[in-house]
Amino acid sequence: MTEPASRLSPVLQASQVALRYPGQSRAVIAGFDFALNAGETVSLLGASGVGKSSLLRVLAGLQAPTEGAVTMNGAPLDGVHPRVAVAFQDPSLLPWLTLEKNVAFGLDFKHQPKLARAESAARVEMAIREVGLTQARRKFPTELSGGMAQRTALARCFARKPEILLLDEPFGALDEVTRAEMQHLLLKLVRDFRTAAVLITHDIDEALKVSDRVLLLGGAPASVIGEWRIDLPKPREDLIAELGAIRVEILSTLRAAAPRRAA
Amino acid sequence: MSISWPTDALTHAKRRSFQRPDWLAPPAWRNAASGLGGLLALLALWWIGTDVLASSDGFIRHFSPTAAIPKLIALLSGPDLPVHILVSLRRVLVGLGLALAVGVPLGLAVGRFQRLNAATSPAFQFLRMISPLSWMPIAVMVFGVGDDPIYFMLAFAAVWPIVLNTAEGVRRLQPAWLSLASSLAATRWETLRHVILPGVLGHVLTGLRLAIGIVWIVLVPCEMLGVSAGLGYFILDTRDRLAYSELMATVLMIGLLGFLLDAGARALYRMATRNA
Repeated sequence: MTEPASRLSPVLQASQVALRYPGQSRAVIAGFDFALNAGETVSLLGASGVGKSSLLRVLAGLQAPTEGAVTMNGAPLDGVHPRVAVAFQDPSLLPWLTLEKNVAFGLDFKHQPKLARAESAARVEMAIREVGLTQARRKFPTELSGGMAQRTALARCFARKPEILLLDEPFGALDEVTRAEMQHLLLKLVRDFRTAAVLITHDIDEALKVSDRVLLLGGAPASVIGEWRIDLPKPREDLIAELGAIRVEILSTLRAAAPRRAA
Repeated sequence: MSISWPTDALTHAKRRSFQRPDWLAPPAWRNAASGLGGLLALLALWWIGTDVLASSDGFIRHFSPTAAIPKLIALLSGPDLPVHILVSLRRVLVGLGLALAVGVPLGLAVGRFQRLNAATSPAFQFLRMISPLSWMPIAVMVFGVGDDPIYFMLAFAAVWPIVLNTAEGVRRLQPAWLSLASSLAATRWETLRHVILPGVLGHVLTGLRLAIGIVWIVLVPCEMLGVSAGLGYFILDTRDRLAYSELMATVLMIGLLGFLLDAGARALYRMATRNA
């Protein structure tokens, strides 16, 4: 049995990507290689300030790399692609629009695929239902809790039926319980929509719970210093023991990579 | 259990902006009652000064509320005052319209481009501090006699609060909204139409409200020069006819209309920002 072609060629690929901000001598990222396969969820794990968010901006086409190239389905990514959706840590809801209008935001933009009005409305309704907010669809962002706001942001991403979803610490500002709920929801959405996802996180357990692969970022400039494949069924709440070994490995890799501090 | 780096505790602690809890705010009816009480006290002072304390055949009695209020009602049902009011309101609307048409795009540009802001800020402060009335002779020379110089002066007076507030609104736009727009591949026009304009609306309306206050104050002296209609003109007309209770009635009307314009601007602001 051969695997389908989509399994073989990555949907998103970065080769030897380096990023240096103008006026700064040191690169933030250097020699970053990365491939995301269809339907796969990969976590980019790293400490704060390691350059994770900059990297996500490069993968999203929001920022051009100083060196190297990013390709999507083999074609160079120059600018934002309509089939790539981004969720930020801030839900970025527009306060003057209802939840429903926030989810629909951008669907009718010029560079997005043309949708008939009925199709667009159906997608919005479906996405709101998927995140379980149908009751609240006419509410304004100020009336939503942090978890509901982040659900809305996810619905806005999935209403576009993205091929690739990029998440920049989307649950970083949420409490522990809400966070676990959102991780569950993310797993469900990624499965239902067959979306490939890149999750930026500083939370080792979050990375272990949701991803098929974990890439550990470290060093300055940052690059991949470790990679783990996790072939366990999801959700993985009950698999703490199995994940424990990987967590220890990740932590020791981090410790080994950390610059030695003077005693 | 989750493992995070300690420095991230800061981002977890980030909270939405502080809002005063409802129980700390005085009930709306109490505020309204206090305001009404103040107005009644003002009316009482006016009445005591011009009626109770004045001699029964004194000149000052022409200015008392017992003379001015009935005269105002009579004037409003007459042919003249409504026309003057409409003329004045039209001038205010045209002046504000011109100020918005110039001020909002200018404010957007100044707020967006730091260099432009640095280049224009001292010049704006300089121009802003020149009383619009001092342009009168020049405005008449350039625009001729009639409504045009008044439109110019009103727009000139009103444009600064609109420019400055719009620019401030642009500076206060949440970067997250702009990131969202770029992540959705929004064109410049889409970003302007769907994020920037709705995002600065509250600030534009604050500027508009300040502008209304200024325009209404500048309007009356403007209309005292070289025009034959409007509330300012009517004030001088009543003086020339020695119709002092009409003069006082017009003063009352000017205050009343200004109050209503400001209330309208405030209501508009509340309506536009009720969800923000």
